[in-house]
Amino acid sequence: MSESVVHVSELTKVFKVPEREPGLRAAAKALIRRQTREVHAVEAISFDIEPGEVVGFLGPNGAGKTTTLKMLAGLLYPTSGEARVLGHVPSRREKDYLRRMTMVMGNRNQLQWDIPALDSFELNRAIYRLRRDDYLAMRDELVELLDVGDLVRKPVRNLSLGERMKVEIVGSLLHRPMVLFLDEPTIGLDVTMQKRIRTFVAEYNERHGATVLLTSHYMADVEALCKRVIVIHHGQILFDGALSHLANEFAAYKTIGVLLEDGNVELDGYGEVISRDGDRAILRIPKAETSRVAARLLSEHQVLDLTIEEPPIEDVIEMVFAQSR
Amino acid sequence: MSSRAAPLPEEGRLRSLVDFYATQMRTSVVAQLQYRAANYFYMLGMVAEPVIYLVVWSTIARQHGGAVNGITAGQFAAYYIVWTLVRNMNIVFGAPFWEWRIREGRLAGDLLRPLNILHYDLAYFAGWKFVVVALWLPIAVGLSAVFHPDLHPSALQVVVFVVAIWGAYFVRSMFQATIGMLNFWTTRGAAVFDLYMATEMLLSGRLVPLQLMPGWVQTFADFLPFKWTFGFPIESLVSNLSTRSLLLGLGAQVMWTVIGYVLFTFAWRAAIKRFSAVGA
Repeated sequence: MSESVVHVSELTKVFKVPEREPGLRAAAKALIRRQTREVHAVEAISFDIEPGEVVGFLGPNGAGKTTTLKMLAGLLYPTSGEARVLGHVPSRREKDYLRRMTMVMGNRNQLQWDIPALDSFELNRAIYRLRRDDYLAMRDELVELLDVGDLVRKPVRNLSLGERMKVEIVGSLLHRPMVLFLDEPTIGLDVTMQKRIRTFVAEYNERHGATVLLTSHYMADVEALCKRVIVIHHGQILFDGALSHLANEFAAYKTIGVLLEDGNVELDGYGEVISRDGDRAILRIPKAETSRVAARLLSEHQVLDLTIEEPPIEDVIEMVFAQSR
Repeated sequence: MSSRAAPLPEEGRLRSLVDFYATQMRTSVVAQLQYRAANYFYMLGMVAEPVIYLVVWSTIARQHGGAVNGITAGQFAAYYIVWTLVRNMNIVFGAPFWEWRIREGRLAGDLLRPLNILHYDLAYFAGWKFVVVALWLPIAVGLSAVFHPDLHPSALQVVVFVVAIWGAYFVRSMFQATIGMLNFWTTRGAAVFDLYMATEMLLSGRLVPLQLMPGWVQTFADFLPFKWTFGFPIESLVSNLSTRSLLLGLGAQVMWTVIGYVLFTFAWRAAIKRFSAVGA
């Protein structure tokens, strides 16, 4: 059995947040005694990630995804519990560890704003102590994979959001990290750019066998890249397993798409009609009744086509969160 | 294709550090050259402060028969013209900028790099100095033409001055970085920074040459780091300090750099545990 690249056990992060009532009296009171509140951002979570896995880390805003990623990247000191990545304790921030991982934050710019990305890449070469030949080969490979072209010669501030994200990713991977923490890498990008980045991550994982932990609010990212997902809410893990099992476990219904010969048939008695367009209809049916309803439709009407599908992954995730409330 | 799941091999440690400093300094020069006009206006703005001091003290000197406490108008001119270079050399990544670095999420990016954050700042601002000196030269020529400085340094003084302005840079970098650590405990560290800056202003020779201060203030200043970031580098060039005093001054700069580094290291280790990476 291979050793886990990421090992997390009972990992917890509690933030102390200052808090006071509004008004002058409360302000004066706070001068003497400062009130704080504990926010349990991550509560005793545990999981392991094997070498080369691409895992989706899902949850609503404030669920604890980014906090977990930051603890694994060594940016945050855990309150308790254990985290090990590539055999290192991230909070010790050992240089040998930092050379083997990277974290890309979709909403943050880590390249120098005023100069062309090529100059920032050169600086990263020096920071990561890369041999020039290796650096040039890796840089050219990444530039080609992401189709960055001459964008690297423009000052970063003159690039569009999508272009900036691509050069950010090139800069973050020049040292060929073995572990990638990607925090919303496609946030704010158009559909074409999202697809490009997804393809790139898959290609990088395939070429270099890197392990990837990815957060994204775009289910297309997760469906395209991750066989396994970890769902977190209120700092606790709700699900950890194959993406394909998520719907089985949490979806309470399936959808039946039906194409009828007679577009005037009344369908309300079969289930909730989500949409109706003449002879085409989509019904939402409780999971346990799907087979029976499908059989009834086929026997009672002239059906030209019928499909049974799991609900969209966005809906399943919403159900997971709803069930945890 | 490259080997799977392995980082690229690395260069030797010392060679890499030299390479990093050279690259970061070059990057800094490139970045500063993007804003030539802004840099020049900034420099001109900075000259306003010493020129005011210079005009005031020159006037007082003339009113007192040509000198104040033995310092002539020409010596005041030399002091404050050299002051402009020393001031530009000892500009460092200041304590208040740590708040910006944390708030804007820049620190998170910096922390992901396998490099002591001090190297990053030291190298960046060191590169900036080359642009600053190039921009300073015509200003110094202009000020000299107007105020006629009395400046006749020996070769040794010039050598010590060149070393001392870098010493001032290192001492100030260490202490500003240490004070900057306050931002990890409070979001309103400005009051402490202001107190620090006011003390520096008085006890460094920035506002007034220390020679004009009461004796006890001068003695007090000898035991604090401020003087070694302003007064000493200036005086190493414009005053007739003995060789012993010059070497002791450089020694004091080394000592304060080491003390500042040790203080920063302790503060940094504690601070980083408190980093909440909010907004990062």
